[in-house]
Amino acid sequence: MPENALPKLELKTALAAASGNAAPLIEIKKLSLFYGQAQALKNISLSIRERVVTAFIGPSGCGKSTLLRCLNRMNDLIDGVRIEGSVRIGQHDIYAPDVDVIELRKRVGMVFQKSNPFPKSIYDNVAYGLRIQGVKNKSDLDAAVEQSLRGAALWDEVKDRLHTSALGLSGGQQQRLCIARAIAVKPEIVLMDEPASALDPIATARVEDLILELKRDFTIVIVTHNMQQATRISDDTAFFYMGELIEAGPTQKIFTNPRQKRTEDYVTGRFG
Amino acid sequence: MPPNQGNRTHGWMGIHRGHRARPLEWIAERGIFLVALSTILMIFLIFVFVGREAMPILFGQENSALIKPVIPPEEMDRLKPEELQAYLGLSDKAFRQMERETLRELMIVKQEAQEEIPEQLRNDPDAHLNTTEWSAMLLPRQWSGYDEPVYIWQPIGSIHKYNIVPLIIGSLKVTLVGLLVAVPLAVGAAIYVSQLARPRVREVVKPVIEMLSGIPSVVIGFFALLVMASVLQSVFGYQTRLNAFVAGIALSFAVIPLVFSIAEDALTSVPRSYTQAALALGASRWQTAWQIVLPTALPGVFAAVVLGFGRAIGETMIVLMVCSASVVSWSIFDSARTITTTIAAEMAEAVAGGHHYRILFMLGAILFAVTFISNLIGDVVIHRLKHRLEGKR
Amino acid sequence: MNPIPPTGMIIPTEPGRHFRAGKFDFWSFFFSGLTGLATLLILAILAVLLGNIIINGWPNLSWHFVSTIPRKDFFDPATTGVLPMIIGTTIRVFVMTIFVLPIGVITAIYLTEYAPTDSMLTRIIRAAVNNLAGVPSIVFGLFGLGFFINFIGRNLDEFLQNPGPVWGQPAVLWASLTLAVMTLPVVIVATEESLKAIPLGLREASLALGATKLETICKVVLPQALPGIMTGGILAVSRAAGEVAPILFTGVAYYMASLPSKLSDQFMDLGYHVFVLSTQSPDIERTRPILYATVLVLLLLTFALNFVAILIRARVRKKLRALG
Ligand SMILES: Nc1ncnc2c1ncn2[C@@H]1O[C@H](COP(=O)(O)OP(=O)(O)OP(=O)(O)O)[C@@H](O)[C@H]1O
Ligand SMILES: [Mg+2]
Repeated sequence: MPENALPKLELKTALAAASGNAAPLIEIKKLSLFYGQAQALKNISLSIRERVVTAFIGPSGCGKSTLLRCLNRMNDLIDGVRIEGSVRIGQHDIYAPDVDVIELRKRVGMVFQKSNPFPKSIYDNVAYGLRIQGVKNKSDLDAAVEQSLRGAALWDEVKDRLHTSALGLSGGQQQRLCIARAIAVKPEIVLMDEPASALDPIATARVEDLILELKRDFTIVIVTHNMQQATRISDDTAFFYMGELIEAGPTQKIFTNPRQKRTEDYVTGRFG
Repeated sequence: MPPNQGNRTHGWMGIHRGHRARPLEWIAERGIFLVALSTILMIFLIFVFVGREAMPILFGQENSALIKPVIPPEEMDRLKPEELQAYLGLSDKAFRQMERETLRELMIVKQEAQEEIPEQLRNDPDAHLNTTEWSAMLLPRQWSGYDEPVYIWQPIGSIHKYNIVPLIIGSLKVTLVGLLVAVPLAVGAAIYVSQLARPRVREVVKPVIEMLSGIPSVVIGFFALLVMASVLQSVFGYQTRLNAFVAGIALSFAVIPLVFSIAEDALTSVPRSYTQAALALGASRWQTAWQIVLPTALPGVFAAVVLGFGRAIGETMIVLMVCSASVVSWSIFDSARTITTTIAAEMAEAVAGGHHYRILFMLGAILFAVTFISNLIGDVVIHRLKHRLEGKR
Repeated sequence: MNPIPPTGMIIPTEPGRHFRAGKFDFWSFFFSGLTGLATLLILAILAVLLGNIIINGWPNLSWHFVSTIPRKDFFDPATTGVLPMIIGTTIRVFVMTIFVLPIGVITAIYLTEYAPTDSMLTRIIRAAVNNLAGVPSIVFGLFGLGFFINFIGRNLDEFLQNPGPVWGQPAVLWASLTLAVMTLPVVIVATEESLKAIPLGLREASLALGATKLETICKVVLPQALPGIMTGGILAVSRAAGEVAPILFTGVAYYMASLPSKLSDQFMDLGYHVFVLSTQSPDIERTRPILYATVLVLLLLTFALNFVAILIRARVRKKLRALG
């Protein structure tokens, strides 16, 4: 496997240079998912490139969240879920029997639609993932917490109250805290399920800036209902409808010149 | 902030570790699972160990007859070891440990004891009766000195009379009174609190009624004995001060909170959409409660009554303190001895392993079976109702 | 009283009944009144019961009474006290808690966090919990005698080669274990309730960070559930403190000259003492004051605990609602 032979960064640079493009990191092949009897995803095949922002769009209930949760196997937690097909990340089938879900989730972080900080201090929230991984050294933790909070553009707002409860933050701050918490464990992929849906325009703008910032270091997959947001921040876009992938490609193309009528209807707001 | 440098040089290779990578987690999960089985184990153990002590009675292996056939010690060798063991009524272990001489002496003691029984008793047919037989426990018998067949529970004297009918009647009598008082009050209050009361009232009244369940039964028993008994007697003017009526009313205090909270729960779990549809049509709150909510939640109210029955028939201390004389009478103004009070009052004087002891365990086993079944029924009914109301089916 | 909303128009589905607008509806008034009366009656029962005990008990309660070890004739109001009973009840409840809390909490964790929702086994466990809650307390007493004393205790004596019965007879340990079995459902139900109230999002957040299920439970779920677990513990304690039937054959003593010092000792007990004072007294009029005082002590112990549990629970519910 080439990635293991070469130091990662160099390889990526090499690939990017060769193709003029980022290499596909996630490959979804013929993925179907059933909640008991109901089929939520129908035979989806999709590649997601490394270090770009990929947006999932589509009407409510079309399976965006479900697909997103397939990428770090959060669906395993739901009783009666059945999955067919494969998801490969960096050439490795994440549904192979010998895969350790815990290790996978350390590499594929997630930010949820509803901000869900732990009822602990801000510091403990960010340090949680690292402590789980066995980091005990105080100065290491301090450094990582600061770095993550800076990365999530929250440091200046909270640096004087790191040890107060995270529940005392505003909604937008809480969501950025959740992002900080997710990136503190240094995943390679960050999945975001409508991270800005509960935020006001200013907070949304901050989160969007943050995502563009994070793009340099992480591969980001984001679910959004906001078309402008998708055009502003994403490089690639995938459009889903009723559990099916209708169209995927560069955001530019999807929004200006889609191949499918349904895509066009949706992105122009003529849907339904 | 470049991700994954240093500690994870293997990149995505690292995800191939399998679940075996965490043995401690695995062990802990098994441990949690095993502990969770403990409740099943407990029910099972109760079955086994209450049943075990009652076994000889249930299978008719116990013989409580005063006069039994005597085997002279000389014939000891003719007996098979099992026969000898049964004859002497010894446990396996005791039998194995005893030497031949000891066994022989026991046979002599036994013979002598039988010989010492006075002549007068010897001719009494009662003395030959095994009072632990099912027929003796359930059917009336004309004991010597009585004019007619009677049901008697009298585990003292030379001939122990073990008819359990008076106890069953006593239990049913007290339970019935208890339920007759408790159910209308509790269900009425449940309807009021869940359907008619203002939210503020509801928030206060509900926990206060539930508080009643926190009062220990000895305290209720004490109150019934010292205060209620005299008050009720002066109001109703009956003969016996301590009777099934007082016990039943006291019992209802223990049953009310249970019936109330289950019925209230069932009534509140009726979806709002049902009631709002009716209210929108102009039905009054009472009409909605009576015509929509109550019929829907009726199985839950039924379950509440069944569980209340289980609680009432198993209650010990209240009844023990208020009345405990064993008389066969369906009149609620007579005293009553219930199954539970019999066990509680007589276990201390029963010889461990003797027939009295075993019969008390058998009563316990019956009680356990009855409550087990009523709990099961109540449980299934509630489960079904919830299932239906949540629209899972 | 409850507000009777103005009855509206005729219900179309029932043409037989006429509820004319604005007209006084007798049945509505009657039945609302009746159910309201039932509620009032229950509240009145509670009030009379508590009022009677407090009014008669309070004047007789003294420091001397709660701190004195009585002589064998404890019916004498002047010299009696309830110290050994308070201590006995406290010890048996304390030992019980040590056993019931871990088992109950772990079972609840299994039921909410691990158990597959619709499996047969889960349903059996739930049925067992519900059933255990409905087993009569006297049957627990028999179980304690048949299992703990006659089976475990006797075999233990034999195994340890004790000269006489040490464990094969009533003892604090056996009474406590019997009560632990009895209160298991209380702890399970309360813990489960508090575990269920914790938003799924918190668990998902932890798992998505690469925490294992066990880590999630220990670091996120349990700290959140702590008040609920405490409530369960308190409810179990208050339930057990007042129970007499299960300890009748498993450890309680009518009288003991000294306080229990080992787990194999018998003990005196408040609830049992109430029973003894009210049924065995040679002169009930003379013992009445100390009886009331003893009942009040018992009530203060159990009822106060119960009240605390209800308060904690209400507060936690509010907090969780704000959180969720
Ligand atoms: N836990 C579950 N059990 C059963 N069905 C589910 C579950 N979660 C989602 N579904 C169903 O799967 C389908 C896809 O749901 P999903 O949450 O992925 O939609 P979505 O595209 O994220 O919608 P939204 O934009 O509203 O978040 C829906 O029909 C939903 O009802
Ligand atoms: Mg979604």
